Formats: sequence, structure tokens, C-alpha cells
Amino acid sequence: MLPRPYRVIRITRHTHDTFTLEMEPADGNPAPYFQPGQFNMLYLFGVGEVPISISGDPGHTRAYVHTIRAVGTVTEALCNLKIGAQVGLRGPFGSSWPVKEAEGSDIVIAAGGIGLAPLRPALYHVLAHRERYGKVVLLYGTRTPQDLLYRKELEKWRGLFHTQVEVTVDHAARDWFGRVGVVTKLIPGARFDPFHTKAFVCGPEVMMRFTVMELMGRGVETENIFISMERNMKCAVGFCGHCQYGPTFICKDGPVYPYSQIQHLFKTREL
Amino acid sequence: MVDTKTLVEKGSKTQEKKTPGAVGLLERGAFDQLFQVLQAQGYTIVGPTVREGVILYDELESPDELPIGWTDEQEAGTYRMQKREDEALFGYTVGPHSWKRFLFPPKHRLFRATRGKDGFDIEEDKYDGPNYAFLGVRACELQAMAIQDNVFLGGDHVDPHYRSRRESALIIAVNCGKAGQTCFCSSMGSGPKAGTGFDLALTELISKDGHAFLLEVGSKKGNKIFKKLPIEKAGKKEQKAADAVVAEAEAQMGRQLDTEGLKDLLYRNYQNPHWEEVAEKCLSCANCTMVCPTCFCSTVEEMTDLSGDHAERWRRWDSCFTMDFTYIHGGSVRQSTRARYRQWMTHKLATWFDQFGTSGCVGCGRCITWCPVGIDLTEEARALRASDQGELQTGMQAEA
Repeated sequence: MLPRPYRVIRITRHTHDTFTLEMEPADGNPAPYFQPGQFNMLYLFGVGEVPISISGDPGHTRAYVHTIRAVGTVTEALCNLKIGAQVGLRGPFGSSWPVKEAEGSDIVIAAGGIGLAPLRPALYHVLAHRERYGKVVLLYGTRTPQDLLYRKELEKWRGLFHTQVEVTVDHAARDWFGRVGVVTKLIPGARFDPFHTKAFVCGPEVMMRFTVMELMGRGVETENIFISMERNMKCAVGFCGHCQYGPTFICKDGPVYPYSQIQHLFKTREL
Repeated sequence: MVDTKTLVEKGSKTQEKKTPGAVGLLERGAFDQLFQVLQAQGYTIVGPTVREGVILYDELESPDELPIGWTDEQEAGTYRMQKREDEALFGYTVGPHSWKRFLFPPKHRLFRATRGKDGFDIEEDKYDGPNYAFLGVRACELQAMAIQDNVFLGGDHVDPHYRSRRESALIIAVNCGKAGQTCFCSSMGSGPKAGTGFDLALTELISKDGHAFLLEVGSKKGNKIFKKLPIEKAGKKEQKAADAVVAEAEAQMGRQLDTEGLKDLLYRNYQNPHWEEVAEKCLSCANCTMVCPTCFCSTVEEMTDLSGDHAERWRRWDSCFTMDFTYIHGGSVRQSTRARYRQWMTHKLATWFDQFGTSGCVGCGRCITWCPVGIDLTEEARALRASDQGELQTGMQAEA
């Protein structure tokens, strides 16, 4: 229940409001193992605590990597940290992308905006054990080219012969030569076998809704589609009640759910 | 000391009505000695007392502070105190307080942090308050404690703040001799007789022959107190009288809730237009969640002093009826009162089963009494049943 002190060792700025903090335990011990898709609670002295998904490589546990968008009091304060700053951390919490169960299947990773952050650990894992998977597809959409996260890495992944990477933006100026349109438009052109695929989807709820529909349209079963949900969260251990989603707690039962488990809730408004 | 495991087991066995243990009679004249024994053992007694026109729970020094000769009249949106014709100590039902305010206080500090040379140090708050003896715990409230035990002690994570308060508390139950107009514990299987989860249980017996209490021992801790009291032997006559007291309360039950298939009914009625009708009345004031003995939602607040060198985190009760409750970047998820009332009622009567294995409602009726516009949970359940939309309703179908 108590935050453990971590120290910021690297800061990367991505877009005007998005940045990545890398932090290691202040006592020098390794950080606890995490599964792709899990999250931590980051505490800033005197400011507050927020749930942030882990976006680093699950194979490297010396430090935790968090990509954060500065949209509230705590995240804006996190944005102003300097190297060496101390941050409190609790975690990891929550369910994960089923990368183990997905072995032998094709993998479709569909991300919208900062939704790529909790998916990156899954992609790292899959690429590190590439031979265990079938076709691998990354579909990524943002509002504008300036909002693309991890641009250098995207370009590197795009250069891999064994992985299909498609990127699209909602709108762009003339200096953008890539695709324009919503991320769901990338699904018809994605190369995967719908009957032997695990799809991991994260983004705004409306993006996930249409992505799931497209995937189902290609024949992917609902139990093979996984989505990551977001709700207000205070405690991360099932006490505060804020993250209830139907009968589930997103902090314990989520954030990653098989779509089949929550499809009856997913389109109920204001749940 | 009660360990977590027994607490959780208690939680799942609340339906059991049999309690083995000693039984005896305590005369009203000797009731003061119960206070003396408890105080001698270091307990701070918390019990019912009259304050600001209601019966609420507070620390008590002597039995004189009990609501002697008082009772309450309750209806949807109404609470009135009235004088009884006798001098009963426990002749009322339940007021706006529940024991959760002592086990899970409305506001308490979780930790303190101090800025150091190159970071900060955190010091957790440990409970160092008194060992409470809760006097006058009703059967529905025992059930509510068992339910909160499941929330705070029953999962992978244990709440240390709740645990230390819970483990040190002594529970003295009182079987109800009267049921209020908003009571429906018999529908929820939680009362009016205390089944389990207490250390001692009292039944108040008042007749022409005198005024006494039938005492039942529910635990070793309770037995220790029992043995120190001037207990007289209770015969069949007293047992029968005690049964009659509870039977009378049962017969007076003012409300009923048909729980048959209720969970599924709520699950398939997320889109029922009836929620809109409740929402038109509901003020979204959160009163029902504040008086509910099982509602456990909380939020945290960070505080700093002027120097900025000391920070504290406090936890306080929160309610699913506030707009802030579901705020995420971009707005609140449950914007409408319709969605918030639906969340509360569906949580109490349906999703709670899937989360913790029991109903979240104990039938104490507080949410009905203390609703400023008199919204009645049992009535809403009935209305929903009357307008049941049949097969499982999902947004997909509704939008199609």
C-alpha cells in the first residue's frame, strides 16, 4: 500500500504533451517483474498519485519505463521532473496481454494515440521471441504526425521483414506522405489469419469499439480480441471502488480483458 | 485477536443462525456492571445515544447515556424520535450512523511523507486508537461488517487500517425487538436475530415481572466478559421470551424486497427507461451512500504544509453519486444521475455478488429513511421488475 522510492534516470520528450520517464528503485535493488499490459501507481511528493501503464521491455527489469501524457495535476508535475528526482511507485498491478497463450498465433496489435504505450511491452516481448509467433502486425493511428509516439522505433520496426507495420493519422499537412484516415481502415489490408490470431487493442473507447467490429468482421473470435480499459482509479487494489466496470474492478480484473468477457458491458453508455 | 481468515469465514457464514455458547440472564439493575467490566478490560465503549434529535453511535461513559425510553419512527425520507412507554435501553432500530465510521473512519490519514536531502521518506500511519467495544450492534449491522470484511480483508490485498481497527474491536450485538417501517432485513436474510459474528449478544426482556437481558456468548473474548458479570441462570421461560421479542420484530418488518432472480433482473435492465424516472427524483446527494453500512468507496487527498517539506495522504469516504467519482481525462464517465443511480443500485444488488459472493445490501433501510426525497430501494426494485425488458439488454442491441 505504501509507495516505494524510485529515482528518475532518463527522460525522453516525444510530443508537446507526452514524455517517457525511466526510473529505478532508489535502494539499488531490481524492480519487480511485470507482465506486458500491467500498470504502476506513480506518486509525487505532496502532489498525488496516478495509474500509469508500463511501456518498457518486460525482459529488462532494472528499471521501469512509463510513457505519460501531461493532462492533469500529477502528470503535469511529473512532466516537470528532472533526472535524479524521486518518485514513489506501487505496483505492478492488473492483468496483462496474453503473450504466452498467444504463442503459435498471428499477432495483431492495434493502437490509438497513447494507447501504444501499454502495448509496447507486448511488442517487445513478441519481437524478442519472434520465432514463437506467426505473422505479426502493428497498426497505429494518431491524430496528426506530430502525435506519433516512439517515431524512431516505429521506423525501425517498419524495417523488419518479418513484421507488418502500418501507420495512419486522422489529419496531416502536406509534408506527410503516409496514410490519412482512422486506424480501423488499416485492418482490411493487414496480413493475418483471422482464425489463428490474437488481437491486442488499446486506445480511446470509440477507437476500440470500431477496431473490434472490424476485427470481428474479418472473422476474429471475440475471445481472441483483448482490449485495455481505463477508469478513474485511486488505490489499485480493489478498495476505493472507483474503477468498477460492471461486476469487475479494472485494477484487479483488468485493465486487459478478453473482449468476450466484457462485450455485454462495452457498449452500455456511462457504465 | 481475530485473524483475517476467520473474519472472512464469518463473512461467508452469516446465514447460519445457530450459535453455541453459554446463555444467562443479566438484570437491568446489574447492567452498569457490563460497562464497568468492559472499561476495566480497557475497552472504550461505543454505543447508541441521543444527539441532535437522532440516535447515533458515540463513545459512552455510562449506561445513562443510552437512549433510555426512546424509540424512532422511520419512513421514506422521514426520521422522528419518540418516547416509549417503557424504559428500554435498545427500543429503537437504527439511526444514520453505522459501525463503519469506527472501522473505516470517514477521514483518516494513510501516511506522512517528509522531504529529505534527495527525496522523501514515508511513514505509514498505524492505528493507535482505543480498543472499541461496540454495544448495540444489530443483526443487519453484523452482516454489514462481514460484508466489509470481505472487501478489506478477503482479497489478495489486506487493508491494514481496517484490519487493526477490526481485530481489536469487541462486538456486543442486540437482537431487535422492533422493526422500523423502512426495515427489510428478513428479506435479505440478515436479521432480525444476530446469528454469528458477535462476541456477546443481548436480547432485552421487558415485562411486568421486570427488565433484564438474555446474554448469549459468541466467542472466547465474549466469554471472558460474560464470566465477570453477575449472571443468573436463564430458563426456558426467558429463552421463550427472547424468541418472542425477535418474532415481534420480524412481524413488524415495514418493507420487503423480492430477491428472487434480482441479480439477473438488474443485469438485463441496464437500458431500462425506468432509470430515467428515478433520476428525475434523485438529487445525486450521496446521502444513501454515506448512511449505508456496506458502501466502501473512498478517495485520497494529498496535503502539504506551508513549508512544502511535509506531505500527508488522507483517505475519505467517497460516493459514486458525485461527478468527480468517474473523472478521467476528457470528462466523467457517469455524467447523468440515471447512470449514477443505476451504478449504485446495480452494485448493491447484483455486481456485489460477482465481486464478493454476497449481496451488498443488508436491508437496514437507512438509504430509504435518509433519502431527502424518499427514494425507496425496494420500490425501485419492484418498478424495475414490473418493467423488466426480458432478455439480456446490451448497448449493442439498444443501439442497433
